[in-house]
Amino acid sequence: MNTVSIIVLIVLAVLTIVQVMRISEISSSIQGGKDNQVSEKDNDTQGKLLLLVGMGFVISVLVMYWAWGYHSLPAPSSEHGSEIDGLWNLSMLIINVVFFIVQPILFYFGYKYRGKKGTKAVYYEHNNKLELFWTVVPALFLAVLIIWGLNVWSGLMMPENEEEPIVIELYAQQFNWTARYSGGDNQLGYATVHEIAGANIVGVDTKDAYSSDDIITKELHLPVGKPIKFEFRSQDVIHSAFFPHFRAQMNCVPGSKTYFQFTPTKTTAEIRQDKDVKNHVAEVNEIRLAKGEDVWEFNYVLLCNKICGAAHYNMQMEIIVETEDEFNAWIKEQKTVAETL
Amino acid sequence: MEHHHKENFFTKYIFTMDHKMIGKQFLITGMIMGIVGVMMSMLFRLELAYPEQSFPILEFFLGKWAPDGVMDPNMYLALVTIHGTIMVFFVLTAGLSGTFSNLLIPLQIGARDMASGFLNALSYWFFFLSSVVMIASLFVESGPASGGWTVYPPLSALPQAMPGSGTGMTLWLISMTFFIVGSLLGSLNYIVTVINMRTKGMSMTRLPLTIWAFFVTAVLGVLSFPVLLSAALLLMMDRLIGTSFYLSDIFIGGEVLSYSGGSPVLYQHLFWFLGHPEVYIILLPALGISSEVIATNSRKPIFGYRAMVGSILAIAFLSFIVWGHHMFVTGMNPFLGSVFTFTTLLIAIPSAVKAFNYITTLWKGNIQYTPAMLFSIGLVSTFVTGGLTGVILGDSALDINVHDTYFVVAHFHIVMGLSAIFGMFAGVYHWFPKMYGRMMNKSMGYAHFWLTFITAYGVFFPMHFLGMAGLPRRYYSNTAFPMFDNLADINVLITYFAIIGGIAQLIFIFNFFYSIWRGPKASQNPWRANSLEWTTPVEHLHGNWPGDVPIVYRWAYDYSKPGYDEDFVPQNVPLAEGEESGH
Repeated sequence: MNTVSIIVLIVLAVLTIVQVMRISEISSSIQGGKDNQVSEKDNDTQGKLLLLVGMGFVISVLVMYWAWGYHSLPAPSSEHGSEIDGLWNLSMLIINVVFFIVQPILFYFGYKYRGKKGTKAVYYEHNNKLELFWTVVPALFLAVLIIWGLNVWSGLMMPENEEEPIVIELYAQQFNWTARYSGGDNQLGYATVHEIAGANIVGVDTKDAYSSDDIITKELHLPVGKPIKFEFRSQDVIHSAFFPHFRAQMNCVPGSKTYFQFTPTKTTAEIRQDKDVKNHVAEVNEIRLAKGEDVWEFNYVLLCNKICGAAHYNMQMEIIVETEDEFNAWIKEQKTVAETL
Repeated sequence: MEHHHKENFFTKYIFTMDHKMIGKQFLITGMIMGIVGVMMSMLFRLELAYPEQSFPILEFFLGKWAPDGVMDPNMYLALVTIHGTIMVFFVLTAGLSGTFSNLLIPLQIGARDMASGFLNALSYWFFFLSSVVMIASLFVESGPASGGWTVYPPLSALPQAMPGSGTGMTLWLISMTFFIVGSLLGSLNYIVTVINMRTKGMSMTRLPLTIWAFFVTAVLGVLSFPVLLSAALLLMMDRLIGTSFYLSDIFIGGEVLSYSGGSPVLYQHLFWFLGHPEVYIILLPALGISSEVIATNSRKPIFGYRAMVGSILAIAFLSFIVWGHHMFVTGMNPFLGSVFTFTTLLIAIPSAVKAFNYITTLWKGNIQYTPAMLFSIGLVSTFVTGGLTGVILGDSALDINVHDTYFVVAHFHIVMGLSAIFGMFAGVYHWFPKMYGRMMNKSMGYAHFWLTFITAYGVFFPMHFLGMAGLPRRYYSNTAFPMFDNLADINVLITYFAIIGGIAQLIFIFNFFYSIWRGPKASQNPWRANSLEWTTPVEHLHGNWPGDVPIVYRWAYDYSKPGYDEDFVPQNVPLAEGEESGH
């Protein structure tokens, strides 16, 4: 019954609009606008609206920066992160300058040159100097961004190590993460999907000598100030290990290994004292308390950032960055593969 | 004039070989698919604003996939997947390029029809079949494809990985196979027609920029779609007959699968070898349409015609060597990443030239604000906004931190989605009199534009800030991470804009169908434009011109030329004594 009355209402509404349209068109054709052509009045109204709405949009972008800009991630917690952020800031500066120049010009021209009776447009085909100018200027800016960008990129993909990085494997499966520390020998034992059975969730080959001191955990502890080389593997589909606070991301691809190295610079305890992080936590907790949810304490987190199935949105792992002593104490408590498997 | 058989209902409206009618078939099919795609986005926006909450409307549309009105995570992923597929391929590739290439290529180059009317009709019917299969895939028991519109294996290859990778995914692949075949037939036809069937005097440098755009788009399609076809066929083999092109060392559902030696990254290379040119397959026709609309309505020649053609060609060439920027974090060789960064950022140069040339075309113009003109200016705005964030994403070092976040969603929706759909709307408003012999209602056109323009930016601009806060895309709900709790308000705001924007499209749909039957009759050349399509009679006839095909004496942009009383000089007007054509 309800559905029927809704359908009847919609049909009546459409019929009403059709009749209103007919009336408006008949009345406009009586006034001579039979082609539905634009009039000078239309040009005037639309030109002014374009300036108004266009500038409104440009101003709203400023408002958005003011209102939401502080939601951006806090200052990076890794060595290379500050280089990425430096390049990011320069790129953002350049594109914002272009945005705030070009958009207003576009809307202003739209307003200024709105059609008027009796005026004729200027016949202006091309101007090679002008076109050369706006080919070369973007090219110069891009050259700077490209050269700096490639420098940062090769620095982080092919790091030069003064000390040997700690090797940790991150193992992805639907829908959780497992870490495997390489132990005293800093070498991961061989692992394959064919060895997965029972407690051996990452498929370590226990016959491989390197594997005996490996440590498998569900928490990711990292010592501050030490380079860490992550090896990524996946058991089933592609996942992506995303460490937003460390400006790091790498896909985990079944059938092959991928790598990413970074050096954490702030312990979890330190970042909790960061002014931006404190404000963020306070804001979030206000929202959570209002909804009757638990109080949140800031933690670094590893997210999955490649669609991997139904619970993709909840595939996460806590990361705890601590001092070297704390880290050593923690790792000593963990059981090795030789002890557990 | 060629002789044509008397037509009945079926030969005129259904199995037609007339390019104008085929163009309209593409448009209407594209619009229907567009309605489906936009409605899906409104449903998943509801979920994103109010995650895991109950809405009766969700149960009404989704049935068992929204028990008690709460959307199932698998259905959420299916909706974003099919929304992406439909909008990218069915609306903005077939709906846009298929419609206007068909309608305009013969009319603007002065040909009686496409080189092969039969292949042209076949191209539409493959597209139609593919649309039917895609829609049918929504109703299978295990749900439609849901691995994202890029359908990366192994997720898309293994039914154990998600229910959508079962029958739904098979149908998705079958549908795309039909789609690609249709697209190839169409593209070949466009290329042959543009090269061989231009009327006397229509040299390549006198072609309207629409034709240049359609021509280059067709070349891109012919070179890149076959690669997607092979990617899809290999995926189908992995799924159905147990080959291991993309699969290796997989443990799922408690057992080790027998696949070995394949690489999922191979699929990504093949996919994006099409996928990136595809962005320009979508965008170039929109840019071509707006070039034509902006010049006509500014009453000025398009500024820097040769630079515009040059940038189309440069963009097309570069689009083939940038695909790797979608794969910076797949663990590819860092040197390869460097090369792709370099080529990707180069694309900014011809894009900038195009944007500046549009703006200069407006300068000292006498702008006539038709709804088409407003949408074209909207396109320039979104093209600039979205293009600028491309400078960030194309840089491999910066991509690491925003890859697959809402920053990317904002970027591609603005630069490719909005620009292309604005171009498509501009095209419909501008050429509606040519398609149906009637005018669309301008007041509704204005209302449609302003609501669309405001809500579109309202939906996509805030997403940059979500991305900069680290929010990943394709998350069913953001509640699993307290760090995102303070972004919930932004998501609610976006959803409001999305729903208003979606409903605003009803104005367009209504205006469109109302005007087909009841709109005021159009005059032959309502926008006082120069190109040849406006020299054909308002009533369609198979063969386009009743008498001889017009001869062309000048380019399509002699607007407000000194020495003429009128502010336009059609292409078929001979040069006056002592007048130089320059083209």
